[in-house]
Amino acid sequence: MNMIAPKRRRLVLIGNGMAGIRAIEEILARDPHQFQITVFGAEPHGNYNRIMLSPVLAGEKTFEAITTHPRSWYEENGIELLAGEAVVALDRATRTVVGAHGTERHYDALILATGSNPVIIPVPGHDLPGVIGFRDIADVETMLAASKIHKNAVVIGGGLLGLEAANGLLGNGMNTTVLHLMPTLMERQLDPVSGGLMKADLERRGMTIITEANTAAITGTDRVEAVELADGTTIAADIVVMAAGIRPNVALAKQAGLDVGRGIKVDDGMRTNDPAIYAVGECIEHRGAVFGLVAPIWDMAKVLADRITAKVETNYVPAATGTRLKVTGIDMFSAGDFMGDETTDEIVFHDAARGVHKKLVLRDDKLIGCVLYGAAGDSAWYFDMIRSGMDVSAMRDTLVFGPAVAPGAEPGSVENLPDTAEICGCNGVSKGTILAAIATHKLTSLDQVRGRTKASSSCGSCTCQVESLLTLALGSAYRAAPAIKPMCKCTSLGHTAVRQAIVAQSLKTIPAVRQALGWTTPDGCASCRPALNYYLLCAWPGTYVDDSASRFINERVHANIQKDGTYSVVPRMWGGTTTANELRAIADVVDKFAIPSVKVTGGQRIDLLGVKKEDLPAVWADLNAAGMVSGHAYGKSLRTVKTCVGSEWCRFGTQDSTAMGVALERMTWGSWTPHKTKMAVSGCPRNCAEATIKDFGVIATEAGWDLYVGGNGGIKVRVTDLLAKVTTDAEVLEYSGAFMQFYREDAWYLERTAPWIERVGIDTVRAVINDPEQRKALHARFLHSQSFCQDDPWEARAKGADAHEFIPLATVD
Amino acid sequence: MDLQMITWMDVGHVHDIPRLGSRVVKAPDCDIAVFRAADDKIFALYDRCPHKAGKLSQGIVHGHAVTCPLHNWVIGLDDGLAKDPDEGCVHRIDVRVQEGRILLGLPRS
Repeated sequence: MNMIAPKRRRLVLIGNGMAGIRAIEEILARDPHQFQITVFGAEPHGNYNRIMLSPVLAGEKTFEAITTHPRSWYEENGIELLAGEAVVALDRATRTVVGAHGTERHYDALILATGSNPVIIPVPGHDLPGVIGFRDIADVETMLAASKIHKNAVVIGGGLLGLEAANGLLGNGMNTTVLHLMPTLMERQLDPVSGGLMKADLERRGMTIITEANTAAITGTDRVEAVELADGTTIAADIVVMAAGIRPNVALAKQAGLDVGRGIKVDDGMRTNDPAIYAVGECIEHRGAVFGLVAPIWDMAKVLADRITAKVETNYVPAATGTRLKVTGIDMFSAGDFMGDETTDEIVFHDAARGVHKKLVLRDDKLIGCVLYGAAGDSAWYFDMIRSGMDVSAMRDTLVFGPAVAPGAEPGSVENLPDTAEICGCNGVSKGTILAAIATHKLTSLDQVRGRTKASSSCGSCTCQVESLLTLALGSAYRAAPAIKPMCKCTSLGHTAVRQAIVAQSLKTIPAVRQALGWTTPDGCASCRPALNYYLLCAWPGTYVDDSASRFINERVHANIQKDGTYSVVPRMWGGTTTANELRAIADVVDKFAIPSVKVTGGQRIDLLGVKKEDLPAVWADLNAAGMVSGHAYGKSLRTVKTCVGSEWCRFGTQDSTAMGVALERMTWGSWTPHKTKMAVSGCPRNCAEATIKDFGVIATEAGWDLYVGGNGGIKVRVTDLLAKVTTDAEVLEYSGAFMQFYREDAWYLERTAPWIERVGIDTVRAVINDPEQRKALHARFLHSQSFCQDDPWEARAKGADAHEFIPLATVD
Repeated sequence: MDLQMITWMDVGHVHDIPRLGSRVVKAPDCDIAVFRAADDKIFALYDRCPHKAGKLSQGIVHGHAVTCPLHNWVIGLDDGLAKDPDEGCVHRIDVRVQEGRILLGLPRS
């Protein structure tokens, strides 16, 4: 064909962050074909949700989870992404930008979204290694790395960002001190009373907070060692995080001769004084104001898109913004003018014992600002009132008690909110958007709403409201969801809620879980303690210290208790293989310790039954000496990998199933799982290793390997489901590691893979494991966890660990 | 038990038993399980669950109770009684703690 596409205008975006990419999304939504787009970004990634860096630091989210636009998004939209290349020159005369690597791009329209830089207070020592800001994922990585080898952290600045950073550092086990220049914390979002409540809450968590702290110097020789205050106080510091504010990044705009004040000056249409150049986000100055929160930036992006595509002449009008602290467990919200002046009235509710403080500021019968601390559940209701400017005189007497008691309102319901009311502050999702998504896409679960709208997917504080909206939209169809079974009598929470809270709230010990989640018993019970111990072990590999008092006896002493109080010992036989030397050592142990019974197990190993508890360490020492390690036959852990002889000997065998079994067992042994986990590998479809009734079964075919999951023998036999067909040995290992990790992270304690798969659905498991990105991430997490648990527990005890378990306290006659 | 018939036997220090844990004192008739609760209170019971003689010393201690490792009966440490819905009782031994030393009140032989 001879048709020539009309030449597209060239659009260059400088700054691959949230504001710029949101602007591009808005532009594409209006007209996907108008521009040929190039994006320059200084950071070497796609776009991620910068406001979620705190949860990454706190270990509640991974970087992948906060990535909003992977590289594939740019490709799908035909956008050229130059990630890792900052722009060094902007020539307005020739309409050209030049990147640090020499890339030159001409533009017809340009968007500056260069963001902001942390304010580094110019005290002596501010340039020492170990002094950082808190702006990007590299800062988070620096902090995480520091927390692994260092002890003391100092955060300068007790505002939103500083407290989130401090909370994250604290959660990573560092002694954390916050230095704040002002008398109360977060004075830009909290009144002094709620600032005081927050200080007390954070101090209870172990944070040290010094207000009216004037930093005089940062000291150290090769790297930071301490922070000195003006009053002479010295605080040890291995890392110093400067979170004393941000400053618009205007360097490039200034160099190009644009009109710059505190930020790049823009008009109501987001245009700079050069008509070809727009600016958006934290780098701008609009009507004398600069911006640090995300909500106004979303509004700016819309206006910019309207204008740049020449669709409509909208204007950006500043609106009240609301703030939440992303510190799990601290419930606060503030919006608008919360301090007031001589022309305003205040309504205050204060319950110091419960740590609740609510302050509403009114002018001319309208709500213009509020602070909610300790009970921020009604924030959306108040926030909508502030933004709409409605007359509240009719409900003034009950206003402070929230919508539950407002005239004509249904108790505590989101029904009363208008469709414009913002439900999810993190992602800027309104009630109307959520209801529309539920209707259009026939959503029926919280996870589906999260996936579709992003509501409740970030900090989760609006989860309750999203669930209410599901109920509102679906009626009993949603309520019909099965009632949650509590973990045990110590709590009303179910296993899933507890597992999520451990990760979301960064709970790192059993007492911390019980305290944070309101356990009704002082030290739990024999049901919840082993479950919590496992959940923590799984959530915090390498850092959680196993609580042996919360282990069932078999896992505490690494042997199986028998009905007469003796124990059984099962050494590992990799893939069911053994040697004359091992068999000889087993025979010698049986003789030496007069072990009454020897039995071959169903998992292709040898069980020594009737060993006296006192003899266990000595028995293990002898088995260790012959090269044998614990078989974990006693644990909620990887048990055995059963194999057939495979192609090495069998005339039907198509693959070396024994070698595959050994490789699987070498990779997975020592791992703790929600319940016992068994594997098998068969060398041909005759399936002599009975792989189809194992938790993870592998069956060789001419083409490679078929992978099966979720089978078991037992009271209720369940045959496996096919997970995937793969061709290489490496894939078998990756799929099995990923599957085990998904099971480890998702299942309830004492739930085997069979009931787990029945509960979550094989389609879910297939979707996760067959997705290359998720599979690789799960497998990597599995290997990371394994790096801490492939030490033989028998060897440690044979050498004297936990000696008290095996020796009587005393003997009396 | 008549006080005349009891002898107080020092079996060890409170710190010899892990918190929420237990140690065994070997005795001729029946071993004795000595427990230390989270509040450092010490209790002693015959090491024999009233159900199927499971070793209570191997159970998980929570509050002032222990769960038998064999079939999850929960036995009160202070009274030796099985908690609802199970019924049974295990012999309890008097305990005194003096300056950290654990003394068991054992029948004079």
